[in-house]
Amino acid sequence: MRIETNPEIDAKAFQYDEPVERVEFSFTSVSRREFVNVLGAGLLIAVVADQAMAQEAPTTQREGGGRRGGGGGRGGREQAPQPLATRVHIGEDGAITVMTGKVECGQGARAELTQAAAEELGVAPHQINLLMADTSLCPDDWITAGSRSTPTTVPAVRQGAATARELLVAFAAKQWGVQPSDVKLEGGRASDGGNRTMSYADLAKSQDAAAEFKKIIPSDVKLASVKEWKVMGASLARPNGRDVVTGKHQYPSDVTRPGMLYGKVLRAESYGAKLKSVDTSAAKAMKDVTVVEDNGFVGVVAPTSFVAKNALGAIAKTAEWEPAPHPSSKELWDYLRQHARGGVPENPFASELSGADKQFKQTYHVPYVQHCPMEPRAAVAEWSADGKLTVWTGTQNPFGVRGELSRAFGIDQQNVRVIVPDFGGGFGGKHTGECAVEAARLAKAAGKPVSLRWTRQEEFTWAYFRAGSVIDIQAGLDAKGNITSWFQLNINHGNQSVETPYKIEHAKGQFVPLEPPPLRHGSYRSLASAPNTFAREAAMDELAALASRDPLEFRLSHLENPRLRAVVEAVTQKFNWTNRVQNREPGSGVGLACGIDKGSYVATCALVSVDPNDKSIRVRQVCQAYECGAIVNPDNLINQVRGGIIMGLGPALREAMEFENGRMRNATFWKYNVPRFEDVPELDVVLLNRTDLPSAGAGETPLIAVAPAIANAVFNATGTRVREMPVKLA
Amino acid sequence: MRRRQQSLSTVKLNVNGTEHQVETDSDRPLLDVLREDLHLTGTKYGCGEARCGACSVLLDGRRHFSCTTTVTESVGKKVTTIEGLFGDGNDGLHFVQHAFLQEHAFQCGYCTAGMIVNTVALLNEKPKPTDAEIVEAMNGNLCRCCSYTNILAAVKRAVATR
Repeated sequence: MRIETNPEIDAKAFQYDEPVERVEFSFTSVSRREFVNVLGAGLLIAVVADQAMAQEAPTTQREGGGRRGGGGGRGGREQAPQPLATRVHIGEDGAITVMTGKVECGQGARAELTQAAAEELGVAPHQINLLMADTSLCPDDWITAGSRSTPTTVPAVRQGAATARELLVAFAAKQWGVQPSDVKLEGGRASDGGNRTMSYADLAKSQDAAAEFKKIIPSDVKLASVKEWKVMGASLARPNGRDVVTGKHQYPSDVTRPGMLYGKVLRAESYGAKLKSVDTSAAKAMKDVTVVEDNGFVGVVAPTSFVAKNALGAIAKTAEWEPAPHPSSKELWDYLRQHARGGVPENPFASELSGADKQFKQTYHVPYVQHCPMEPRAAVAEWSADGKLTVWTGTQNPFGVRGELSRAFGIDQQNVRVIVPDFGGGFGGKHTGECAVEAARLAKAAGKPVSLRWTRQEEFTWAYFRAGSVIDIQAGLDAKGNITSWFQLNINHGNQSVETPYKIEHAKGQFVPLEPPPLRHGSYRSLASAPNTFAREAAMDELAALASRDPLEFRLSHLENPRLRAVVEAVTQKFNWTNRVQNREPGSGVGLACGIDKGSYVATCALVSVDPNDKSIRVRQVCQAYECGAIVNPDNLINQVRGGIIMGLGPALREAMEFENGRMRNATFWKYNVPRFEDVPELDVVLLNRTDLPSAGAGETPLIAVAPAIANAVFNATGTRVREMPVKLA
Repeated sequence: MRRRQQSLSTVKLNVNGTEHQVETDSDRPLLDVLREDLHLTGTKYGCGEARCGACSVLLDGRRHFSCTTTVTESVGKKVTTIEGLFGDGNDGLHFVQHAFLQEHAFQCGYCTAGMIVNTVALLNEKPKPTDAEIVEAMNGNLCRCCSYTNILAAVKRAVATR
């Protein structure tokens, strides 16, 4: 059975993962000649990449090789065919191990991929040992990003598991002299319906097992239909949950190796600053401290992180920096508009617009925000005596990071092993491997394993961020109040959700980048969909008002997409939209927004109250309808949807990076205020389970309509349009 | 330039009912000593400035941020970390740990040890807190996966099942 793919998910226009500038390390210990020799067949690409670095197009995707890169290679649309043994291992005791290159960082891949394997193998989930994200043991399933685990990796795991199941059935049939169609799978064993059974252990012990497992997994192996689902479609708790609540699970920052030491790295005092001079003598004089200086990279290794911190402090005091000019966040909007690559494009429908009954031209502003994963990035690096490198680190991109390490140290990728323990949050912010490279450089100098854990301040300052953007919308209404032309332009961020889902005769969405952008930016949960949906849905509300039409009626009249209509209708029904609009309480308001991203459909209603004195905005209730095809794990989906809504409240109401003179001004949880318990509104989630449609990933899309629903509710409450995030009145 | 003197001393710490002798700089954060010297890595570093709660431990049953508590301040107190929690039923789990598991009250789980320890502290002080008291007591703990809804359900479940 061929897995149906959703053409909307596969649309070539999609960018699943933002290109992000990788940190360039040029350690002097790596000679150019060494580097070129080692890469062998990849030689030409690497050399070309070096030379072309300055001109490399932003959409270049290379596995850790290029300076700018997205995920590792294939783009995740299809898995390359693989031998069964790379996906499934069955021990002679019947123990089942399933391997995947995906990672677990809270989004639920561990549970979902366990379900996928258990379903097709016909065993209980607890019988599956899922081995994740070890580049030496697991297949490259692409970066864990783009909401691709569900539509791409789940089918790949299912195909592997189903192939193993079919082998058991065939083996049993052969042993019993019956047709494979007469063999049933019951309780994890093959059965003839009578007394004879055969287990996976029997299969593993059989003569032909090794040869069979070397064969390529066929893409047309039979998979369970949704109606047949026993494990998929039900809720499965995270398999290693007990280790989480007992503190037993080792996150990357917890990994301990024999003889391990602790490292710290000297950071520039401002963005782009160059190190002019530094005196490391005081640190070198400290007991048991190793200092590393290598072509601009300065770091220390010590027996405890406390001593490492003191040693680094002694160095940092002496460092002299040459600052670089850097724009301030206060002038961000003008800066973005002025530095758009190729200039700001014209509205292609300018003439349609000029002939419209009503013309609408507005600009929306979205600042930089950041991921703030609960676990700041961390890595433990260990070199073997023969020059092989192992790094434990929290990254969504294990194979990409392997490439970065290979390149940074001029060693062959097969001598680099990246192991990603389940880690403390990614949200798109851990696609790159600079912490891994830094740890490895320190370990090389120290001759011992080194644990490097970024401080929260380093995480705030030196990670990469969600791009700020200036979003222009120009639209025209006819005399009946219908939209006749629509042009949405996003400057600096991206093209996700920049095309409108509404049916408009002349419609175009466009993205124009900055070269270079003011801050290093990359994927943040839902990429540019949240800002683009904010601008679009705020504008749709304004157009509805211009046309003197209800926001719901206005949207539905322009909406043909049945799946989007379904969530809009579901949420407004649950929220009792019409009634609440008609019976608005003074000082409060209701708002609506909707969107599509990565094959998921979402519609959000918000109820806000505005304090008459200080104009503070309180979100009292959020109601959200969500549809992503056939639901694989309902409890996990609810967690993702609720989590996405609450996380989205941050940029919607409070979060904005402030920077000046190349320094972050709010690089602390005391000043950069992310959502807390007290911010949680009443939440109602309506899940539409389309068992007739392929499953889409839902890690990102729950965020995208939160901010515009709030902005629209604020207008409903006060009559004031806020065209900027965070949405504030004072 | 003055070379920083290491002022090492031997401190006696009572952690999870066990006495430890640790040779350490007296200024060192308790968090570091727990994780690096005693290899109790259940308590996490989240921010280093008492603003996220991932480092929460109990000192004599009350929640402290171990990132801003020195090892010296911990001497003479009973230090309890996540590793020190257990129960008679629930497969050995403390009733709060069990409640978190039942309510799927975590996604990445990095904040979870701090959340559980802080819940124990809350219930030590207020066995039957109101919803508002729960939010106020837990508000110093951050969850970036934003599992707040399920965490609140876990706290309430713990209250009901203690």
